[in-house]
Amino acid sequence: MTDRAASTTSVATDSNRLAYTGGAVPAAVQARIARRWGWWLYAQYRLTSMRAYLQTIVIRSIGLPLLYLASMGLGLGALVDAGAGGVDGVSYLVFVAPGLLVSSIVMEASGEFTYPVMSGFKWQKHFFAASASPLRPGQISVGEVVAVGLRFMAESVVFWLALVLFGAVPSGMSWLVIPIATLAALAFGAPLLAFSATQTDEGAQFAFIQRFVVMPMFLFAGTFFPLAAMPWYLQWVGWISPMWHGTQLARIVCFGMPNPAWLTVLHVVVLLVAAVVGTWAAARIFTRRLTR
Amino acid sequence: MSVIQARSLVKSYGDLNAVDGIDFDVAAGESFGLLGPNGAGKSTTMRMIGGTSLRTSGTLSVLGMDPETNGPDVRANLGVIPQQDNLDTELRVRDNLITYGRYFGLPRSYLQRRADDLLEFAQLTDKAGEKVDNLSGGMKRRLTIARGLINEPRILLLDEPTTGLDPQARHILWDRLFRLKEEGVTLVVTTHFMDEAEQLCDRLVVMDHGRIVAEGSPLQLIRQYSTREVLEVRFGSERNAVVVEQLADVAERLEVLPDRILLYTDDGEAALERVTSRGLQPLTSLVRRASLEDVFLTLTGRSLID
Repeated sequence: MTDRAASTTSVATDSNRLAYTGGAVPAAVQARIARRWGWWLYAQYRLTSMRAYLQTIVIRSIGLPLLYLASMGLGLGALVDAGAGGVDGVSYLVFVAPGLLVSSIVMEASGEFTYPVMSGFKWQKHFFAASASPLRPGQISVGEVVAVGLRFMAESVVFWLALVLFGAVPSGMSWLVIPIATLAALAFGAPLLAFSATQTDEGAQFAFIQRFVVMPMFLFAGTFFPLAAMPWYLQWVGWISPMWHGTQLARIVCFGMPNPAWLTVLHVVVLLVAAVVGTWAAARIFTRRLTR
Repeated sequence: MSVIQARSLVKSYGDLNAVDGIDFDVAAGESFGLLGPNGAGKSTTMRMIGGTSLRTSGTLSVLGMDPETNGPDVRANLGVIPQQDNLDTELRVRDNLITYGRYFGLPRSYLQRRADDLLEFAQLTDKAGEKVDNLSGGMKRRLTIARGLINEPRILLLDEPTTGLDPQARHILWDRLFRLKEEGVTLVVTTHFMDEAEQLCDRLVVMDHGRIVAEGSPLQLIRQYSTREVLEVRFGSERNAVVVEQLADVAERLEVLPDRILLYTDDGEAALERVTSRGLQPLTSLVRRASLEDVFLTLTGRSLID
């Protein structure tokens, strides 16, 4: 009862009005800003929410390259270089470094575009919270892609710097792996976002993706050895995998791996199409689900 | 002037008409209630008002705009408090308000001040730096309401505002909502609690199976569909059915529930005397004023909460 008594007094003495203070920009202006910048307004929220697990992101993005470079590059590399004299005319460290960068970033997508999406629709329901604001559902899904893409980009920068420190990227163009890895991760991530948005119940589907999509992609998509070294009947795994297309592009910019021009263009087109179609599909599914 | 106008509003999911052709108007500054049991179509109606559920047919106008074609404009004028809190549990209390306010394109300088005012209103000032997970149910609800006010909305949509709260938390919340009503905010409230509807609503519609079965102020509805008083008697679950025939002419109307018999009459004490004068001794008896619960029972033959 004291709580209620106290609140009544505060009402009597409080002259602040809550409904309209006139301090907010007019509703029509809010709506105009949201129509134009809604995707970015949502992306800002998503980036803020990543602060909750910022530590994990930072530790992963610094720890992963160091672990991979030490074990694969230096450990395994010593063996390969001694036995085969490197791969594609460069030391194993130089060969494997771009693949490690691209595949690590692509694999991050399987974290950001699965459980957090289920949470947005089902557990915490923050997609529904956002859709009650002037934002439109499509802007929410695009904002997801943009925010997570920025995260990938930041991690790529850290990884790339580690590669530079290890002397693993001889070419002056090697910084281009940053947009390449980000694009490759979104080429896998955006379709995954669309898939996750269709899921209404938590089952084994995300664990399945981790084990039977991400792991095979990592092992068989030319990260550790050229795709051509595999039997022909397994090479299709690389061709349908954004990881392989991204890795090939990364090798071109990191050590000048020879590649026919048409194939280079194809790599870029595949990644762009997958990212754009995935984002478009996700926007449609978000719209359907948030206006049901 | 009405701020919300619905005509022949229908929402179907497959064969089911969740909202089955309803008409209503909400006037500016009014506190309007949608009362009905779970599944009556109240929440669906609320979501159609915000354009977050697309209607199957009919027309809907909010502040003169169609929420489906002018969604951002309509929602910039709304504060939406959903049935289930959807706060960001990983952000701190104050940050929940500020990040949400950004969806409206509101500048941070404004949001800092506004967040402080709203925390005071929600009696959460000393919790500003807490994680949402550490708040009680009532506090989370008040924070959700504060968040709904971040954009200075003209219409506040409250979907089951106090469901799941203990009595004290409910009273604190009602007190806060009264304050908003005093300031002229239009409130649209769904509830399946009679006392809540009587406390908060100037006018309400009673919904059942997607249709409106009655409309009016709480007092009008009680006058129209019920007597002034109700006598509740219990004879024990076995005997209720046996004695009911003997009670037929004691009151204007009888309602037999599994555990008790309701006798509708303008004078409950007199009715009780008539019952006992026939040699019937109820195990318990209670005379009370008629409520919206009785209105609902009369209209649908069912009680609101199963």
